[in-house]
Amino acid sequence: MAVTNYILVCGGTGCESAKADAIYQNLIHASQTEGVSETVQIVKTGCFGFCEQGPIVKILPEDSFYVQVKPEDAEEIIKEHVVKGREVKRLLYNKDNSKKHAKVEDIQFYQKQFRIVLRNCGFINPEDINEYIAREGYAALEKVLFEMTPDDIISELKVSGLKGRGGAGFPTWLKWKFTKDIDDPVKYVVCNADEGDPGAYMDRSTLEGDPHSVLEAMTIAGYTTGANKGYIYIRAEYPLAINRLKLAMEQAREYGLLGENILDSGFSFDVDIRLGAGAFVCGEETALLTSLEGNRGMPKPRPPFPAVKGLWDQPTVINNVETWANIPVIILRGGEWFAKIGTEDSKGTKVFALTGKIRNSGLVEVPMGTTLREIIFDIGGGIANDKEFKAVQTGGPSGGVITKEYLDTPIDYFHLQELGSMMGSGGMIVMDEDDCIVDVTKFYLGFTVDESCGKCSPCRVGGRTLYNILDRITKGKGEMDDIDKMRSVGHAMTKASLCGLGQTAPNPILSTLRYFEKEYHAHIKDKKCPSGKCKELISYYILADKCIGCAACARKCPVAAITGERRKIHRIDQDLCVKCGICYETCKFDAIYVG
Amino acid sequence: MAEQKDTIAFSDELKAYINEWKHKEGNLIMILHKVQQEFKYVPREAADIVAQMTDVPLAKIYGVLTFYHYFKLKKPGKFNIQVCLGTACYLKGADGLIEELENVLGIAEHEVTEDGLFSIEPVRCVGCCGLAPVLVIDDEVYGKVTKDQLPGIIAKYQ
Repeated sequence: MAVTNYILVCGGTGCESAKADAIYQNLIHASQTEGVSETVQIVKTGCFGFCEQGPIVKILPEDSFYVQVKPEDAEEIIKEHVVKGREVKRLLYNKDNSKKHAKVEDIQFYQKQFRIVLRNCGFINPEDINEYIAREGYAALEKVLFEMTPDDIISELKVSGLKGRGGAGFPTWLKWKFTKDIDDPVKYVVCNADEGDPGAYMDRSTLEGDPHSVLEAMTIAGYTTGANKGYIYIRAEYPLAINRLKLAMEQAREYGLLGENILDSGFSFDVDIRLGAGAFVCGEETALLTSLEGNRGMPKPRPPFPAVKGLWDQPTVINNVETWANIPVIILRGGEWFAKIGTEDSKGTKVFALTGKIRNSGLVEVPMGTTLREIIFDIGGGIANDKEFKAVQTGGPSGGVITKEYLDTPIDYFHLQELGSMMGSGGMIVMDEDDCIVDVTKFYLGFTVDESCGKCSPCRVGGRTLYNILDRITKGKGEMDDIDKMRSVGHAMTKASLCGLGQTAPNPILSTLRYFEKEYHAHIKDKKCPSGKCKELISYYILADKCIGCAACARKCPVAAITGERRKIHRIDQDLCVKCGICYETCKFDAIYVG
Repeated sequence: MAEQKDTIAFSDELKAYINEWKHKEGNLIMILHKVQQEFKYVPREAADIVAQMTDVPLAKIYGVLTFYHYFKLKKPGKFNIQVCLGTACYLKGADGLIEELENVLGIAEHEVTEDGLFSIEPVRCVGCCGLAPVLVIDDEVYGKVTKDQLPGIIAKYQ
């Protein structure tokens, strides 16, 4: 019997955590009991990107987009949708009630997106190589092996204008050319999948949703540069991605697309997986290579660059997951096609993990040059809970904040850097009025101090110094000259640190001082935290005109600091109060005041 | 050394894995991952055995173990409660969750309850920021967690 319906169940980490597998199993079970298992094909795909609404189930050909599906909904989906041909309306994504049948193209979250890297995520079963091949998978590899010389490939990449997506934005073609031009029988290709930036999960989703795209690209790089061995260095914290990669490698070997004599071309290339172990500094390429060799992951001074002297001192091409995923498309569509997308400075698309105080958290891929406003307000749906937008943080612990005034800036490498932030790997964290800038900056510095490998003193000592000053400020013990001190230590670190981690670690401070210096002043001079986050600088009071004496707060208070008779105004004993904020969260009458 | 061997034994699978890997370049981290998988942490005795089997000095093994956050030198609780401290989770109150867990369980971060049942481990981004704030217990992910839910979640494992 012919298949009439395709059911795509999101198997990304977010949905998987929310019982996507049970949904998948229940759908299979229900299709069997309803006798339709021959006419539906149920596939677990990679991430759909719209994580906020997960778990997601999409049914083709109707293009019905079911959101927040529960395992117990599976039976209804099969009985109603597949058997009777009626959509299960209560599960359709239907934000404004304006559309009765919201299809994917009606959903604003997807409208401004343009998918190159995530082209297969949410469409194919990542555990089946045939589905990848059906969507032009490995066609680029075939093309380069039989129709292109290594120089052709490099010039195609040069025309495309592709830059590394890991953060620094170095032209990919140049990296490849450096390695290709060296005469050495042993060279390596490395995939950086050590996605350590907190709040970013683009690489994870790409590997989970489309592992073959990375394998294919690495093989192409092997052919181009003359390497026969590749390594994928991936976080041990990503078990699903690791398993799917392993499966993909096995299948590719079976099909003759990886291993000895690929497609009878005479070219051999194989890939191995190596696990990271939770060190942010290993995202830096020289540190990553040191770790790959089985050592403490400390960076080395550059030059020599890895392209010349990398893994075990051999020439090594190292790119990050997102960069790799672009390669097959560039080979097939051509560099010129790719170069038409994006801006003068930055070509192609960029994937962002849009998170924080945003209505639609998720993974978005947009053409370079899309404005922050489009991403945050059109795709992201604006700020959650109708709060006020305060800032957006890009580039993670190495980046900075961008404020309301600059929301119309087109996103590319140049513009972000001009604003004192950076592209980074693609974390985009939205903050609202409740977030304290000094506190968030301290959070980032705490992260980089913890992750500093300790090899060079500007990073080791400078980072700690900055953190201590911030800590002092959030506790009301800051002094006005702390601001100058932070600037001068920060600039010294930028200039003198050995690797990218130390050079960029002060960025969160330098950037927030640029846009939010007043908020620092409030902490230092007025001893106040305007957003009410820094505990030492706030007190909780009960507003007499609003308190009805329900005693809800008193019951919840963990230290019994709230007293009062029932139906009478309560009060908080400031000496006992530990400022946990539970009373504030509990009160339904807005009677607790933070000041 | 002899009595240490009595206290701890590697499974045949682990021994086979180490023997397979010990001749490969850059093997140490892979081997230590496998050891941790078996014991949930890397006991001192296990590091000794790895040193003997691979001819890698113990000092180098400890150098690597202490460099990476993923490796644990102390035995975690039977249920290790991992609290994601990625930026998205932090903004949505993950630090408050840790505080509350500390209150409920009466232990600090990286400590184990007296009955050996629970430990609290703040971790880096788990990679499901859409569900922030996130807890992971025994590979089960809890998303959009509030302080109120914590006693209920803990009770499931008691």
